Amino acid sequence: MRDHATEFPTRTQDETHTVGCTVNGREYEAVVDPRMTLADFLREKLRLTGTHLGCEHGVCGACTVIVDGAATRSCLMLAVQADGAQLETVEGLAEDGELSPLQCAFKRNHALQCGFCTPGFLMSVTAALREESVTTEEQAREVLSGNICRCTGYTGLVKSVLEASAGKDAQA
Amino acid sequence: MSDTLVPEGTMIGRRLERREDERLLAGHGGYLDDLDLPDALAAAFLRSPHAHAKILSFDATEALALPGVIAVFSGADLMEIQKPLAPKVQHPQLRDYPRLPMPPAELHYVGEPLAVVIAESRYIAEDAMELIEVDFEVLPAVASTAAALQENGPLAHSGDETNVAVLLSQSAGDAAKALAEAPNVLSDEFFVMRGGGHSMETRGVAARFEAATGQVTIWDTTQAPHYARQQLSVIYEMAEDDIRVIAPADVGGGFGPKAQFYGEEVVIPWVAMKLGRAVKWVEDRQENMVTSMMERSQTHRVDVGFDNDGLLLAVKDVIEHDQGAYCAGLQVPSITTSTVPGPYHVPNIAIELRACYTNMVPTSSVRGAGRPQAVFVMERMIDRIAEHLGLDPAEVRRRNLIQADEFPYKVGIMFRDGSPLTYDSGDFPTLLEGTLERIGYDEARALQAKLRQEGRYLGIGLSVYIEGCGLGPYEGAKIRLTNKGRILVTLAAAGQGQGYETVYAQIAADGIGLDMDYIEVKTGDTARIPFGQGTFASRITATCGPAVMDAAKQMRERLLDTASVLLGCDASEVDFVGDKACLGGDLEKSVSLQQLAQTANIGKHGITMPRGIKAGIETSSYFSPERAAYASGAHAALVEVDPETGEIEILKYVIGHDCGNVINPLLVDGQVLGGFAHGIGNAMYEEPVYDVEGQPQATSYLDYALVSATEVPPVELFHIQTPSPLNPLGVKGAGEGGTIPAPATIANAVEDALRPLRARVTRAPITPARIVDAIVAAAAGQD
Repeated sequence: MRDHATEFPTRTQDETHTVGCTVNGREYEAVVDPRMTLADFLREKLRLTGTHLGCEHGVCGACTVIVDGAATRSCLMLAVQADGAQLETVEGLAEDGELSPLQCAFKRNHALQCGFCTPGFLMSVTAALREESVTTEEQAREVLSGNICRCTGYTGLVKSVLEASAGKDAQA
Repeated sequence: MSDTLVPEGTMIGRRLERREDERLLAGHGGYLDDLDLPDALAAAFLRSPHAHAKILSFDATEALALPGVIAVFSGADLMEIQKPLAPKVQHPQLRDYPRLPMPPAELHYVGEPLAVVIAESRYIAEDAMELIEVDFEVLPAVASTAAALQENGPLAHSGDETNVAVLLSQSAGDAAKALAEAPNVLSDEFFVMRGGGHSMETRGVAARFEAATGQVTIWDTTQAPHYARQQLSVIYEMAEDDIRVIAPADVGGGFGPKAQFYGEEVVIPWVAMKLGRAVKWVEDRQENMVTSMMERSQTHRVDVGFDNDGLLLAVKDVIEHDQGAYCAGLQVPSITTSTVPGPYHVPNIAIELRACYTNMVPTSSVRGAGRPQAVFVMERMIDRIAEHLGLDPAEVRRRNLIQADEFPYKVGIMFRDGSPLTYDSGDFPTLLEGTLERIGYDEARALQAKLRQEGRYLGIGLSVYIEGCGLGPYEGAKIRLTNKGRILVTLAAAGQGQGYETVYAQIAADGIGLDMDYIEVKTGDTARIPFGQGTFASRITATCGPAVMDAAKQMRERLLDTASVLLGCDASEVDFVGDKACLGGDLEKSVSLQQLAQTANIGKHGITMPRGIKAGIETSSYFSPERAAYASGAHAALVEVDPETGEIEILKYVIGHDCGNVINPLLVDGQVLGGFAHGIGNAMYEEPVYDVEGQPQATSYLDYALVSATEVPPVELFHIQTPSPLNPLGVKGAGEGGTIPAPATIANAVEDALRPLRARVTRAPITPARIVDAIVAAAAGQD
């Protein structure tokens, strides 16, 4: 049996790493504790507080961001793992102050109330719609099923996904 | 719903998109943990691992030695704030066991805070917690109402005499006699497990003390900032003016638990004052699962007496209610008792309540607050009556419903506020018939009969309910013309996503007769408005709405009076065009809001005010409703049950809803549909299970299922509007109507589906395992 104690030496207080990454097209660099989560890194180090922590065990989806093109729960990833990555967060969705079609659809369909889960939904759906169109309510519900909303139910969210997807097809 | 009833030119009744959304969608919301408090320290609470234990010793020496740890305080270190947190709703007969912010000696539920660690980061604070040595003497725990009420069982609080918190009864007529004489009597026992709030943002408190002024500023994810300030001023023995409680503009959901007052809210500001440093505590989800108040369980033993036509003659209900380790308030069981009769004529009623202490987290209101349990019991028994007499369940409801011409309707028992339970307005038959029509009731019954021949189990569930809402004592609003020439509406009520910034701007716009663009709404800050109660019990539209309307009408008068002096005309000749008050609609003869502010509010230093101008354009109003208003609704579900797996498939769901006049249909629909999702969770999934030792078994979302978009079915929603005569806007509450009858509706549908198998549904949530158990039990009973 291997001796884990020697293989993985005990962390010391001053052991840190420098993480460099691109977030919403802007380059950042920060010194972090190796155990810092990506969510805390974004919120505390970069002060990008749009990404929210709802459960910290990967179920609620509120902390979802896009890492190198893939929707990712930032509570389940360490900041050091994002070194060199291209990240997208909710702050990057609007362009020049104009909400994206998906954000507009959320507003039109009352897909949010308290807004806490909203950034996670937006990022999950943004990533999903890049992969393929969503044309049925059932597909929309599947796309939404990795995130929890406690306020407004899912009716407005389902409509928003379908509208945003239809708009994307119309533009294509 | 359509907004065709909206009078032209009014904002009330319009389906307007929300102004809050812009910032929330862009990631620029300002939730508590987003606050930038430079140099703020992080706090973490050490919590009891035992349901019932004495603290024998506490040693934080090693924790304090950890670099980055600033302080550790146990309950014994903070004796000056160990004062009982008062129950929200009391009763003279309540045996209140003191709930201390951070008990120094004995702990009464898993998760109860016993010490707080203050460190440079939450990571370090959690490291330090692992280094604290505590010796406990573990005591016997009480983990169910049945255990609490058994004779000579363990006591939730050592040295106490009994676990009973309060025994109450309510009655009208003579239920015992009526039951004895009734041609038919049916009895059963129901157990309803209610879940928690599970707001996506957990609780949190941050505080900063200004030594120079002696004032402490507290940011709190509370639904009731003025209530929190009141509690703190008593505990700290500080003037309320020195305590500013701010519920941030963005709070990530409330649903009841955030309307309660917790020990952490006492400890964090006190520590900030002691250390002279800002301190922030944000609950993590694991803490939230064990320490945020939830509603948990009630057991009902019910007897109904009825005649051969299915008319109710008497209802007797004996309710066991779990208060948890302390009584945070009697609101939930009180509401349950007054909700039992529901929308029906019940000539004789007797309700007994046995609320008791257990060694589980204190319980309090969660969306629906005590009503879902009562509706579950009554609606299940209406179905049983139909079954017993071979009548249609819709027909039994029709025969017993209070009719539209019977309002105001006196039920005969008392509401929780001590006033006679009186329904203000409603039209229950129209709600029921509309729901039946939309679910396709007759066709569904025909399909059910056909599928039964094929061995398939289709079921139809119905529920009709009432909800007391818009409760007192009062809520208020303050409206001011700002120096920039804008209208600022300030509410004490704190929003958690309901859209206050939009709704109250709509109401103020109509009251002032001014475009919404010039109106801004601020909420939830005790420094901005002196008095308030808070957001709970679907009460704000019906209490704060009229206050805003009244203050807005006064504001219109003030603005036009001031303008008329400057324009040299009569106030009746002035009206608004954009942000200008114009004489006869002529922009050439106008004064802007900013000019009005310049004249009446700012003035010229040391120079006499123009004659006829009244200084200070600010108005305020407080509205105190005479009693609760009653929203109502009817739900219908069509389900298919797989008797092999116990799976329920919801094929169709219809909601009929009446919350009186609607201010913004888009937002009301969102409230109802969101409540419905919560209700489906309560009906089929959510269960905060504790073992017999009082250990919570569902402490993550891997063990406690919240519904996602794939579990919540599409739903058809329609509204009727019976305006409340109790407030000038004719409004009632809408936040809980989607939740309240959902468990009853699903239970009725499932039992209806399984009627050929005679399986009984007596517990919520209705899980596949319980369904299979019920089928097996029924089959065994038939042998």
